[in-house]
Amino acid sequence: MVCTLLMTAPLGAAVASGQTLDPEALRQEIEQLRQELAEVQRQYGERLSALEARLETAVVPAAAAPVPSSATSKVFNPDIAVVGNFLGTAGQNTVSPGPALEMAESEVSFQAIVDPYARADFFMAFGEEGVDLEEGFLTFPAIPGGLLVKVGKMRAAFGKVNTLHTHAVPWSDRPLIVNNLMGGEEGLSDAGISASRLISNPWIFLEATGQVYRGDSGDVFQSNTRGDLSYLGRLRGYRDLSDDTNVDLGVSYALGHNAAGVVDDVDVGRYRTALWGVDATVRWRPLRQTSYRTFLGRSELVWSRRDEFGGLQSAFGYYVSGDYQLARRWFAGARYDRADRATDGLRDRGQSLLLTFWPSEFSQIRSQYRRITYGEGPTANELLFQVQFSIGTHGAHPF
Amino acid sequence: MKISASIIAAATAVVLAGTSGNAQSKLNVVTSTEDLASIARDVGGDRVSVTALARGYQDPHFVDPKPSFMLAMNRANLYIAVGRDLEIGWLPPLVTSSRNARVQLGATGYLDASLNVRILEIPTGQITRAMGDVHPLGNPHYWLDPGNGRLIAQAIRDRLTTLSPDNRAYFVQRYDDFDRRLAAAEKRWDATMAPYKGAKVVTYHNSWPNFMERFGLEVIGYVEPKPGIPPSPAHTIALIDEMKRGDVKLIVVEPYFSLRTPEAIAGQVPGGTVLILAPSVGGVKEATDYIQLFEYNVNLLAGALKQATGK
Repeated sequence: MVCTLLMTAPLGAAVASGQTLDPEALRQEIEQLRQELAEVQRQYGERLSALEARLETAVVPAAAAPVPSSATSKVFNPDIAVVGNFLGTAGQNTVSPGPALEMAESEVSFQAIVDPYARADFFMAFGEEGVDLEEGFLTFPAIPGGLLVKVGKMRAAFGKVNTLHTHAVPWSDRPLIVNNLMGGEEGLSDAGISASRLISNPWIFLEATGQVYRGDSGDVFQSNTRGDLSYLGRLRGYRDLSDDTNVDLGVSYALGHNAAGVVDDVDVGRYRTALWGVDATVRWRPLRQTSYRTFLGRSELVWSRRDEFGGLQSAFGYYVSGDYQLARRWFAGARYDRADRATDGLRDRGQSLLLTFWPSEFSQIRSQYRRITYGEGPTANELLFQVQFSIGTHGAHPF
Repeated sequence: MKISASIIAAATAVVLAGTSGNAQSKLNVVTSTEDLASIARDVGGDRVSVTALARGYQDPHFVDPKPSFMLAMNRANLYIAVGRDLEIGWLPPLVTSSRNARVQLGATGYLDASLNVRILEIPTGQITRAMGDVHPLGNPHYWLDPGNGRLIAQAIRDRLTTLSPDNRAYFVQRYDDFDRRLAAAEKRWDATMAPYKGAKVVTYHNSWPNFMERFGLEVIGYVEPKPGIPPSPAHTIALIDEMKRGDVKLIVVEPYFSLRTPEAIAGQVPGGTVLILAPSVGGVKEATDYIQLFEYNVNLLAGALKQATGK
């Protein structure tokens, strides 16, 4: 192959310009090239034999740690994964009807270590019609002072369910509190800076988080001037009760400007919304049968206090859920929901039953029976059917 | 006066308690598994304090990245990982949120124990998830070859020396002692297993290639149809046929898998026996350290093979 290239390239050049040369000069040139080639071949032959001899005498170290050659070329590429989410809905819902079948939202992730000081995580949500940056942030894990700092667009650290990606929640939908009190389907998510620190003490894991965001998050917060930032604080406590059982508790607070005072794009009211949240999780996972039995019980309570023209609008909501693993591939769950709506005070109630089958770690098939009694009066009875699947290398989720 | 004196005394006690931990200057070592912890204790002796995250009777692929682990990693001078993507599902978020610059990837305090050991089953061709949960960097259960245990101990000795150069002689002497004890034990295990060279077994998950190769046994099949995929009826029937044809009697199971299918298979094969071997230190209560892990497994396996083969 090398020889062919060596021969054809100069010959081609010679032929291209050789129409004006006389044949004798061309012959001489070819002869000269032949000699040069023979010399190159001889030199390479010698070097090859020397290398072979050295190889024979060389001791192969036991510590050889080969890397698959196909991987070396893309070794610095970020880990890429796609999580598909197909959702089917049957039954009656006159208040908030969803489509019968949809490829709801596919998450594409890119994750890599940036340099010795930071790592980056990007999650894009590909809907059927558009793309949205779900999260895209840089994490500095080794900052002095024991701080863990993140900058970028993030799901706010308000409670538990708000931080989870769609494929990581144990239901086909999100609880009513997310829609009614936390800014709609996506929950609290904005561009900002986050810093968190462990508070060392001899008893429990205690973590304090402070976040500052631009102030635009669903329909909860809206910033009209550069100073309309939103702020979030969270305190999380965790303790192992045994190797198998643990408790996770959190208190969250968020404050930001809302859109209640905006008239013709001018914020005449300067109103604010404050959110309080309390969350509690109990996990049981017997270590001897981690693949067969788990239980996760969780509840989150959210209080919203929204200033508006008419005064203070208070709203409250919560959910309680339980998920139990019946067998290696089967999970059953239930959830009770109740949530006032932040703006009009109407109260919705919901109940759900779920059954999930995991063909493997990388795919799951879920069905959910959901009954919601809306504040306006009507009741919706729906059956949700969801297929989720993951390809590529998706980074592990935080606990 | 009395009160203020006792306050000062209490405050002094607190300050002293706070500093006494540093005064001992023990290296805090945290490991992914109990095997690595055992070897780290063998080499580090009383100059290290070692904590393992996963228990020996727990599936090391599926460990919850609990915040309590984060606390342990927060204080670590050295983290020792199994590597080869074994911990891919749980270790990265722990490292990131440990808030400990010493144990970040690439730092001196992060040791991937797999980097200078002998790894089997590194895929050479294209791999896909159609093959199940395959490990693209080779089989990560490499510590189940005592030869690799020795190489892990060397790596730990060298890294501890880098982190605490004053204790170099101590770590070298501790390693040499471990090496001698391991070599003596290996002779014993080789003698015990010698009659059964070439014997065939079935295992639940592909956790044992290093162990079986080291002791000359052949794994002819797995209870799992593919790595990480639970047993299926069709595969189970095929496996029973294969065991009958090859006169294979032993099914080796890790303590964290259900015994239902292995026992059903054993019931269908003449002389079929299910054997729970410890894949890690602490997997059974007799496997108290790295050498005892092999002691237990070799004796149990040899006893079962003696019964099965009549040798």
